Amino acid sequence: MIHSLFLINSSGDIFLEKHWKSVVSRSVCDYFFEAQERATEAENVPPVIPTPHHYLLSVYRHKIFFVAVIQTEVPPLFVIEFLHRVVDTFQDYFGVCSEPVIKDNVVVVYEVLEEMLDNGFPLATESNILKELIKPPTILRTVVNTITGSTNVGDQLPTGQLSVVPWRRTGVKYTNNEAYFDVIEEIDAIIDKSGSTITAEIQGVIDACVKLTGMPDLTLSFMNPRLLDDVSFHPCVRFKRWESERILSFIPPDGNFRLLSYHVSAQNLVAIPVYVKHSISFRDSSALGRFEITVGPKQTMGKTIEGVLVSSQMPKGVLNMSLTPSQGTHTFDPVTKMLSWDVGKINPQKLPSLKGTMSLQAGAPKPDENPTVNLQFKIQQLAISGLKVNRLDMYGEKYKPFKGIKYMTKAGKFQVRT
Amino acid sequence: MASNSLAYNEQAGAGETAELGQEAAATMSPSGAFGLFSSDLKKNEDLKQMLESNKDSAKLDAMKRIVGMIAKGRNASELFPAVVKNVASKNIEIKKLVYVYLVRYAEEQQDLALLSISTFQRALKDPNQLIRASALRVLSSIRVPIIVPIMMLAIKDASADLSPYVRKNAAHAIQKLYSLDPEQKEMLIEVIEKLLKDKSTLVAGSVVMAFEEVCPERIDLIHKNYRKLCNLLVDVEEWGQVVIIHMLTRYARTQFVSPWKEDGGAEDSEKNFYESDDEQREGTERRKKPYAMDPDHRLLIRNTKPLLQSRNAAVVMAVAQLYWHISPKSEAGVISKSLVRLLRSNREVQYIVLQNIATMSIQRKGMFEPYLKSFYVRSTDPTMIKTLKLEILTNLANEANVSTLLREFQTYVRSQDKQFAAATIQTVGRCASSISEVSDSCLSGLVCLLSSRDEVVVAESVVVIKKLLQMRPAQHGEIIKHMAKLLDSITVPVARASILWLIGENCERVPKIAPDVLRKMAKSFTSEDDLVKLQILNLGAKLYLTNSKQTKLLTQYILNLGKYDQNYDIRDRTRFIRQLIVPNEKSGALSKYAKKIFLAQKPAPLLESPFKDRDHFQLGTLSHTLNTKAAGYLELSNWPEVAPDPSVRNVEVVELTKEWTPAGKAKKENPAKKFYSESEEEEDSSDSSSESESESGSGSEEEADSSEDSSASSPSEQEGESASESEGRSKRTAKKSWKTRAKSDSEDEEKENEKSKSSDSSSAESSSAEESSSDAESESESDSGPDSRKVTKEKEGRPKQARSTLPKDVSLLDLDDFNSVSTPVALPTPVLSPSLRADLEGLNLSTTSSVINVSSPVFVPMKTHVLLHRMSGKGLAAHYFFPRQPCIFGAKMVSVQITLNNTTDQKIENIHVGEKKLPAGMQMHAFSPVDSLEPEGSVTVSMGIDFCDSTQTASFQLCTKDDCFSVNIQPPVGELLLPVAMSEKDFKKEQGMLTGMNETSALIVATPQDFTPSVILQKVVNVANVGAVPSGQDHLHRFAARTVHSGSLMLVTVELKEGSTAQLIINTEKTVIGSVLLRELKPVLSQG
Repeated sequence: MIHSLFLINSSGDIFLEKHWKSVVSRSVCDYFFEAQERATEAENVPPVIPTPHHYLLSVYRHKIFFVAVIQTEVPPLFVIEFLHRVVDTFQDYFGVCSEPVIKDNVVVVYEVLEEMLDNGFPLATESNILKELIKPPTILRTVVNTITGSTNVGDQLPTGQLSVVPWRRTGVKYTNNEAYFDVIEEIDAIIDKSGSTITAEIQGVIDACVKLTGMPDLTLSFMNPRLLDDVSFHPCVRFKRWESERILSFIPPDGNFRLLSYHVSAQNLVAIPVYVKHSISFRDSSALGRFEITVGPKQTMGKTIEGVLVSSQMPKGVLNMSLTPSQGTHTFDPVTKMLSWDVGKINPQKLPSLKGTMSLQAGAPKPDENPTVNLQFKIQQLAISGLKVNRLDMYGEKYKPFKGIKYMTKAGKFQVRT
Repeated sequence: MASNSLAYNEQAGAGETAELGQEAAATMSPSGAFGLFSSDLKKNEDLKQMLESNKDSAKLDAMKRIVGMIAKGRNASELFPAVVKNVASKNIEIKKLVYVYLVRYAEEQQDLALLSISTFQRALKDPNQLIRASALRVLSSIRVPIIVPIMMLAIKDASADLSPYVRKNAAHAIQKLYSLDPEQKEMLIEVIEKLLKDKSTLVAGSVVMAFEEVCPERIDLIHKNYRKLCNLLVDVEEWGQVVIIHMLTRYARTQFVSPWKEDGGAEDSEKNFYESDDEQREGTERRKKPYAMDPDHRLLIRNTKPLLQSRNAAVVMAVAQLYWHISPKSEAGVISKSLVRLLRSNREVQYIVLQNIATMSIQRKGMFEPYLKSFYVRSTDPTMIKTLKLEILTNLANEANVSTLLREFQTYVRSQDKQFAAATIQTVGRCASSISEVSDSCLSGLVCLLSSRDEVVVAESVVVIKKLLQMRPAQHGEIIKHMAKLLDSITVPVARASILWLIGENCERVPKIAPDVLRKMAKSFTSEDDLVKLQILNLGAKLYLTNSKQTKLLTQYILNLGKYDQNYDIRDRTRFIRQLIVPNEKSGALSKYAKKIFLAQKPAPLLESPFKDRDHFQLGTLSHTLNTKAAGYLELSNWPEVAPDPSVRNVEVVELTKEWTPAGKAKKENPAKKFYSESEEEEDSSDSSSESESESGSGSEEEADSSEDSSASSPSEQEGESASESEGRSKRTAKKSWKTRAKSDSEDEEKENEKSKSSDSSSAESSSAEESSSDAESESESDSGPDSRKVTKEKEGRPKQARSTLPKDVSLLDLDDFNSVSTPVALPTPVLSPSLRADLEGLNLSTTSSVINVSSPVFVPMKTHVLLHRMSGKGLAAHYFFPRQPCIFGAKMVSVQITLNNTTDQKIENIHVGEKKLPAGMQMHAFSPVDSLEPEGSVTVSMGIDFCDSTQTASFQLCTKDDCFSVNIQPPVGELLLPVAMSEKDFKKEQGMLTGMNETSALIVATPQDFTPSVILQKVVNVANVGAVPSGQDHLHRFAARTVHSGSLMLVTVELKEGSTAQLIINTEKTVIGSVLLRELKPVLSQG
């Protein structure tokens, strides 16, 4: 399946290579560089590139290209999904996944990659198992290792790989037993010029942080499970139980994991918590354009909107902008033409606004289209779909765990066309 | 590296330590090894010294640096001898890093790599399974051809290892060995065959991967494992799931008939088939019946469905392509929701998924129409995603949504991403050409775009307008005039060429403008692009022919210019045109037809999706993404006209027989077998592959026959598997099957019986094990001795268990499905069934006890009960019956099939379950709402009710769009049971524990003919869903079941007494149900 993996940074250097079968020369990446050149932007590099003898499948994350080399027919999503899993694992191990971090931890990276694939076929991709095999580096451990000469390689062989619940290691012990669940919903929306919603949907996830001793068996039930239209589960969730009773029943992995992601059925109208008033105008003759944006709350169920960030890709003709925000800070990058305005909290009494002028390239015709405004925001303590967790029960262990549930609503891909 | 110098100093005095890689040092001549790199880079010298130090920390440090070098792609091969010595290090991390190094460089330094082999060989025997596994991993990764035999041996050993993890690694090693030495293929196939039988979920994915890599053409190896793989699928790790699903898709396309022929009606006909089956068993040829989905086909489709919920995009895509390629078209709809969900994922995932959706949406628009808005483009999407989304939007466009779409397109056209804007214009053109209602508005929209400031947009619009106008050569003079004006401003060659061509084609419609355009073009001819020059020539020629008075000179001028053009294409064209249109003495007959040649009616171009031709590739594959055949792509075969013999998938589990038959009989097995193999020599081969696991005694015969049957594995390998292990396993499975046995597939038996009747006992196609066993029966009867009877018995038992080894729920679901689609109309009458049964008995020619064995409650005809009469239901009639299958909605539920009929002449919409009024503790799983029911239509839905082992009524409301009707279901007590199969011994034991209060009994009186075994059986199973228990005594009939909710045993005994009386005894913990059942059974058994 996967022959080799090359890690390429944004300046086109191959800074790591790993082969699982016989060695593939790194010159194969030339085809990749060619495609990269043609695509101009990193985002546009096609994920699948055929070369005479190999196929290059790549993902682009954290400004690094992960290029997998394969030789024969294989479902492309298989490789792509795996590469993403690799990135996730690195992130899990090192906190961030960046070129310097990978270079610093090249040995751990190599060991992890060695365990993740055998002959190009995934072997252990569960982070729980991997962490037992190869312990993630921490400052403390690095210090201890240099003094005592011990290693990052787990001296005990992992048991999870063999058990019926491969995602959980055995013998977990905590003094404080806690289980936290975050219900996070994201609103994807496109709002048109006049402020009416073109499309809006809610995508939610439940992220969990479970630190429980032993082999707990949890059930999580919802007040209104019918809201969930389409769901995908962590492998630990018992599907049959969900089908019949709409209850999430599972033996959780240890630590952080994504329990569930869901989609709220499209029939329910999505409440849009913010509105954007805008007036952006370019005039044909003058070299100045007017720009004004106001953000306000709408249908927030009494909660405050925080972390508002407005960003917009201005047309090429815009040379500079001189703007004054009523609150927050703004920046305009004259090279990438990216305007971003960090608003912060919205105070309903005094709506934040950003006003000013744009200087346009003299002589050039006015841009066809007004820029699209992208919005980010957060609302704490609210799941916009109205989803509510009913209760969480634990079986199989005697102690009483501490349980917590948090709700949050965020903007996903939230765009306002102007 | 600070510790570097430190290690260096320590190193100074330390010599080679004996304990490190002792054997390595002994076998290697140090001077030779050192000589290798002494002249090489000096900087590796310190690493070498560090590796030879006796401090682990120094070695580790060195290894880390070396791995760093490998990672950066620098050559570290000079250090090979120094590194390989550490292969036996006690320190795990050093060892691991040495492994990394070894695997990387062993191919280059084959001789030296051999030094490490013995370490691995030793580790292969380690008691710790993980060490064995990792040793095998590294050993098989060393790509040195000399060790192929060692690898082969190791793989064979490991494939029989007790630890599934080691076996998994063995499966991986198979692929490695195969790529190293394809000559080993035959041997490896044997190992694959053995591993395919493995029941561990750990192994399944890896071995199927090996199968795909080594011998994808040997589809016959899958037959016996097909059901097992389907059932294990949910529990296999996600990567394995992808591989297995892809393989099973291919398999299904070769083994089942197409479900697409009667689209939509597929489900109904399936039901008919099953109902009519009972009646028409004999004689009727299968092919002539309406399409019926093979139960195995259904099994695959059903078992993959939950995986659509996987978090792994590859799994979801794999299931989606499976549904696309093998499920009935009406069912493929379920995948769209999941695929749309994947669009939330990363850009790369989106890209692949959108490509696949694009292909799907061409063929079946309806699937993705509800999700139209999910494909709306965001300004932040990368261009490739935008283009794909646009493609899908175009495919989905129809009369209903096109206006919404066009409005959306207006936004896109103005996008800053001009490439995307251009693609949108193309799209508008396609919409206009495919949906005639909007073509005028599209055209005017495009004309508006002509005044756009952006040249790319204008050019693209021109090209599209040209195509549209060509399609409908109506009166569009105005547009052409408008475009002619554009020639002054527009510079994009394609657009200019398009305008010129358009004017040329329509030169008679714009008689005043055309010559003027030609005049302008003649002026700028030399500075035009080649593409434009060609069109100028064409325009000139056309005008010359239609309006030679005004343009003769102009054209000749242009032709002269063209004659001396630099481009030979243009010179060629000029020469050609001149000869054709300018009359001279040399010009041949052709010039007479010049007008016809130039001004012929040209067919309009078809604006088609670029994804049109991708559908011949399997979805989700690399080849599909690239639209070319990738190396190693396996073509999906077309559906076979006639399904290959489905019985090849029946699994025979002989080990169970030992558990099955009472202990005394097991001993006599040997003579029985001998007898069998003697008389059935020609059929033996087919049996051998599955039987030999336990019948090591018949090995020699198998060997003789193995050539006949390709699936038969060599006996030596079979014997390699230790007897004790297989026995241990058999016990485990037997225990499992204890519960499921009752549910064992009675349908299989029926089929088999049918076959034994229809098929000639000497028939050549003895591929099915069952078949041959039933052949054996009939033959043995004629020989009949005391032995033969035992054989018969044993054989009967065997197919019964055939599917019981599968995890239970799924094999059950299987049957459930068939019932779920049955119409009440086609229900066989109870009168027919007993006669059929008697018929089958005759076929079997076997003893009483085996008759009970064969019978299964599942096939007892079911009464339908009225749930809602059509008069009270305002035309909606509902009937229910109990399919006697374990409920798919919950283990404690009784499944109920409800057939809804629409007797009105209008559609009834949205039939669903409303308010439920259930007694405490009872639960109900409502059927999924029926959207609409056509007049005269009927639909069968299934629901599950947990009656809590009581005969209380479950009341609920059956609602339609307009009305609600209160209905209730009261279960007969016999339906609260699930049959259980158990041996006589177990039965007695259980009965012994359920005496006293737990026993109820009654005396029955009836005529002797009512007490024949078959009649009793028939009557009992008619009333209650119980399983028959084999009985050694003729006067005793035993039945066993358990209650659905609590699982308490329910044992029924009918003991025949002197004269015409009999004692009916029921033992159960649930005394209430017991007595109710007794009350119900008593009249049934006693009446005439």
